[in-house]
Formats: sequence, C-alpha cells, structure tokens
Amino acid sequence: MNRQGNTYTFIYAVVLVVIVAAVLAVISLWLQPKQNENVENEKRRNILSAVKIEASSETSKELFDKYIVEQFVVDSKGEKRDGDAFRTDLAREFKKSDGERLLPVFVAQTENGLKYILPLYGTGLWGPIWGYLSLNEDKNTIYGAVFDHKGETPGLGAEITTLPFSGQFIGKTVFDNEQLISILIKKGGNASGPHEVDAISGGTITSQGVEKMIKNYLSCYESFLKQKE
Amino acid sequence: MSEKESLFSAKNRQLLLGPLSKDNPVLVQILGICSALAVTAKLEPAIVMALSVTAVTAFANVILSLLRNTIPTRIRIIVQLVVVAALVIVVDQILKAFSYEISKQLSVFVGLIITNCIIMGRIEAFALANRPWPSLLDGIGNGLGYGLILVIVAFFRELLGSGTLFGLQVIPQVLYDWGYRNNGLMILPPMALILVGIIIWVHRARNKDLIEK
Repeated sequence: MNRQGNTYTFIYAVVLVVIVAAVLAVISLWLQPKQNENVENEKRRNILSAVKIEASSETSKELFDKYIVEQFVVDSKGEKRDGDAFRTDLAREFKKSDGERLLPVFVAQTENGLKYILPLYGTGLWGPIWGYLSLNEDKNTIYGAVFDHKGETPGLGAEITTLPFSGQFIGKTVFDNEQLISILIKKGGNASGPHEVDAISGGTITSQGVEKMIKNYLSCYESFLKQKE
Repeated sequence: MSEKESLFSAKNRQLLLGPLSKDNPVLVQILGICSALAVTAKLEPAIVMALSVTAVTAFANVILSLLRNTIPTRIRIIVQLVVVAALVIVVDQILKAFSYEISKQLSVFVGLIITNCIIMGRIEAFALANRPWPSLLDGIGNGLGYGLILVIVAFFRELLGSGTLFGLQVIPQVLYDWGYRNNGLMILPPMALILVGIIIWVHRARNKDLIEK
C-alpha cells in the first residue's frame, strides 16, 4: 500500500488516535479513585488547619472523623437543608445568587471548645481563591483562617496561604453590636481595631479578593450566625 | 547491518553519556530553558520534573522509533505530538495519584513537558532515523542531561534561597544569629537564568572545543 497516499494517511491518523484515546481512558479510570482520595484528603487537611490541627495526608481522615463532630448544610435564611456538607461543590454554589446557595457548616470539637468552620470561595487576580474560616462558639470571634488559591502570583498574591497573613485573622470579630462588619483588609500597614487586617504588599487585587470573599460569604451565613442556641 | 553490535558499544555509550556533558541539551543546545527556570526553586520538584521528562523522552523515542517506518511523512509532526501528549498525560495522572503534593507544586509545568523542545528535538533528530535501542539510550541520556542541570540549579537555589535541602534546614541557626540572610532573589525565576548562565560559562571554560571561533 502506498504509504504516502491519502487513504493510508487518513486510516493511520484515525487508528493512532483511537488507540491513544483507549489507553488514556483506561489509565484515567484506573487512577481516578486514588486521585479523588488525594483531593478529599487535602480538603480535610484544609478544614482541620482552620481549627489549627495539623494533619498529614495519611492522618487526615482519622483526625477529621475525630474532631469534626457535626456537618450540615444551611441556606441563607439559616435553615438546615438536606445535603452532604463535605461533598458540596463550592465552585458550583458560588455561581448561584447569594440567596440560593447551599452553605456547608462543619462543627469541630477541639481542646478549646466548639468551633464552627465556614468554607469560603471567591476570585483573586488570576483565578479562584478559597478558604475556611473558623469561629468560636459565640459565632463572632475568629479562631483560625486558611486560604488557598489556584494561580495567584508566587511571592505576592500567593502569600495569602502563609501564616503571616492568615494568622492576622485570629481573634478578630466579624460582628459589632449585632451588625455584620466582616473583616476589612487595609493597605499600608494601617490595620487597627478588631475588624481589620493588613493587606499583602504587591498583592492588592488578591487581598481585595479575600476581603470580598469573606464579606460575601459572611453575609450569606449571617442568619445562621445570628441564631443563638 | 550484518554484524551485530553489542548493546553497550562505545557508540551506544556515547548516546547515553554524551548529553550529560559535551552534548547537553540545556547547556550546549539551550533547549528546555523555560521549565528549568520554573521548577527549580526547590530540589524535590526539580528531581520529579527531571524524572518525568526522562520518562517521556525515553518512551517517546522508543515508540516513535518503532513506528518510524509506518508514519506518513505529511502527518509526521502530528503523530509525534499525539504520542508525546499521551505520554505526558499519563505522567501527569500518575503524579496526581501517587505524588499529589509535588504535582500541585509542578502545576502546569507537567502539562508543558509537551512543549519541551528537547523531546520533539530528539524525536526528529534521532528516533525517526534510528532503531529502538539506540533511541532509548538517546532519550534517557538527553532526559538525564536536562535533569542534571535542573538538579544543580535547584540545589543552589534552595540552599541559598531558603537555607534548606529537600525541605530540611541545612544552614545552621548560628549563622542567622550572626546576621546571615537567605537570598530572596534566589527564589525568583531570574536567578535561575543567571545560574544557568554561570553553569554554561564554567562548562565552556572546561570544554574549550565548544567555544565558537
């Protein structure tokens, strides 16, 4: 058969692509469970580190089951809804309007009392950013915060993941006399008072993204946070 | 060829070892620089990247060498791309499953192995004209030659930039107490370019025959 002819070339391309596609599909199916497990373990680690518990990938499941005593989903009116808090897809909920989102809540029982962990999701400079905020039993004082991002600039916006930034949130309060203030992120080292933290130099847009994300999600959670049990 | 050549004849050894020094893809051919700048801030991701590229060049060379007589010339490059892209996806999937943390650090650069000029370069220049065994050696040699530079650059960047090796502190606290500081510039990509430049300089000074007249 003529190896340079159109028929040969066409058949060659089709056969090659079909074989490659089949091989890739098999490999993808084979590795999928392991990959999903990694993603879930990382999520557990993030949730745990919001209440200052350090877990490795291996210990994350065990520690998560030990400390997280309750998880449920609420809506913006603060009412409990059906749903799996851990498997709620934040990126998808984020696209809905504020009033319609399903909002997962994780309750942790730590050595320092009961903590509420609220997931956050928003946009930074280059792509999505997300995080977890943990509040004390008063649903007002921040106990811990952790942030992560998809592709913020290393050394600038990406610094939101580091302790010097996220550590600032500890001890701040989000309400002032029943009025939701959220946390304001101030430029130029001017942060003062119980509702303000310093922005990252050179990471202004990312910092603003974090501020907006916290404000946005706390206002969604407002009704839930105002319920006193 | 009537006479059977031994597996590790002098010529075959040269295929494997040449790219480590005199024929180094990064130092002499200046290929694959982009990823050499991006993933060398720490040793661990650099080594994983080096191994990934070596695996891809080796397998791509062997597969395309086996197919070399069947490939229609007109879609030669597309066939190469399909094979290389498939191999890179496999590497990416394996890293995500078994080395999740590092695959996060390497992020897009695993996917960008496809665009690494070393791989397409070796396929075009070598695998399509040679038998599978020499092609395998050539692929491994070039992958390791690239990896060697990555590891050298990453060693200096992590040591001077973070004071650590493989994430472990190696510069003693005493030095910091005396006023030693980590060089923050080392963490940033421009410093990798300068380091590669210095390595090329040293390499050429030692191999005078590489210097252009």
